[in-house]
Amino acid sequence: MKDHNHILHNVDSDGIDRRGFLKCMAWAGTGVLWTVSGGVLVSKTLAQITKAGSLPAVTDLSFLQISDSHIGFSKDANKDVTETFRIALDRINAMPTQPAFLLHTGDISQLSKPEEFDTFDQVLKSCKTKDVFYVPGEHDVINDGGKLFRDRYLKSVEGKGSGWYSFNKNGVHFIGLVNVLNLQAGGLGQLGDEQLEWLEDDVKGLSAETPIVVFAHIPLWAVYPKWGWGTDDSERALGYLKRFGSLTVLNGHIHQVLRKVEGNVTFHTAMSTAFPQPEPGKGPNPGPLKVPAEKLRSMLGLTSVQYKQGKSALAVIDSNLS
Amino acid sequence: MITPTPGIKTTALLCAISLLNFSLFALAGEMKDGTIAKQNRIEIKDFAFDPQKITVKSGEKITWINRDGEPHTVVSVGKKFQRSPGLDTDQEFSITAGAPGTYEYFCSVHPKMTGTIVVEK
Ligand SMILES: [Cu+2]
Repeated sequence: MKDHNHILHNVDSDGIDRRGFLKCMAWAGTGVLWTVSGGVLVSKTLAQITKAGSLPAVTDLSFLQISDSHIGFSKDANKDVTETFRIALDRINAMPTQPAFLLHTGDISQLSKPEEFDTFDQVLKSCKTKDVFYVPGEHDVINDGGKLFRDRYLKSVEGKGSGWYSFNKNGVHFIGLVNVLNLQAGGLGQLGDEQLEWLEDDVKGLSAETPIVVFAHIPLWAVYPKWGWGTDDSERALGYLKRFGSLTVLNGHIHQVLRKVEGNVTFHTAMSTAFPQPEPGKGPNPGPLKVPAEKLRSMLGLTSVQYKQGKSALAVIDSNLS
Repeated sequence: MITPTPGIKTTALLCAISLLNFSLFALAGEMKDGTIAKQNRIEIKDFAFDPQKITVKSGEKITWINRDGEPHTVVSVGKKFQRSPGLDTDQEFSITAGAPGTYEYFCSVHPKMTGTIVVEK
């Protein structure tokens, strides 16, 4: 990454050297605002922000990530995932500034059933924000290689291959990737050659100052490969993107906030709106984690992202549903 | 591969199902020659196939049952046998063993989960 530090220096007006600051990996608690600004990683709890009346200033672009709704799930870890999804939407509707759009990073459904997608769509109608960009989770493509998912959720984008695409908003280039299809026995998430070639071509003409946001279901970094929490060919994808001064990678799949900042790249995973999963390696398997009823909503949530033109860093805010 | 005697097979079967479901005894039908027909049951539990490797005879039935709270699938590497739909908790899926050979399979939802079926004549 050292080769690319000059880009950071050019973009950051305060000129603070980021080296040494950002090579960290932190467990972020829920309801914490993380701002990478001028090379300093700042965190505040959401309660602090609200009390101080100092919500981040209205910026050029704010959008919201929701993930892992798992509509159709009804086991002990959460008997009513439709209700908690609805609560998440209520939280969005209550925001003082509505996000420009939502990103849904997959696992809309539990079993890829049409009626699960129907319920999701029905509940989503209550959301004031109407634009939603989707990538599939492995639960959305169980029986048909993702055909139903693409038919329903990629109508408004020019999906390529098994459903990857890109778009621009306010000078930020967004890339939705699919890493839950054609998986190989014994392997992790996978992007595949065709998608990687498309990605290389997609960003070829962009200047290094263009902020990039990549979103995909399974983490694009090795969170915990033993549990399948990683993507086999993510390094190749990141290779095409490392020349950019600001790269934010948003994932779901692991149902908890986990963050890693590495040079100019911020990796971030979102909470689920349905049920939590254990911390990496803590427990016999990565299945749904049953927590006391009064604790559940504190482990579900959504992620708000704000971008201000002229700043290299995006502010990423996680808030829970309690 | 040593072919176990029917008696040993039955013992292995009982180990595999442990004592989770006694009703399986009733399902093990007695053959005319007095041996017990083998129940090839694979439990999907804790994100793993148990037993991970199973040896069966051509023509025998193999049944998977999902004991996890998470859906899983049974998908043949190289599409050598019919894949399962998504199996929710306690759902079963069966195939009949075909031509002798070694068949690898995995869960397409959690590809770290792999298993092997050896089919003998
Ligand atoms: Cu599985």
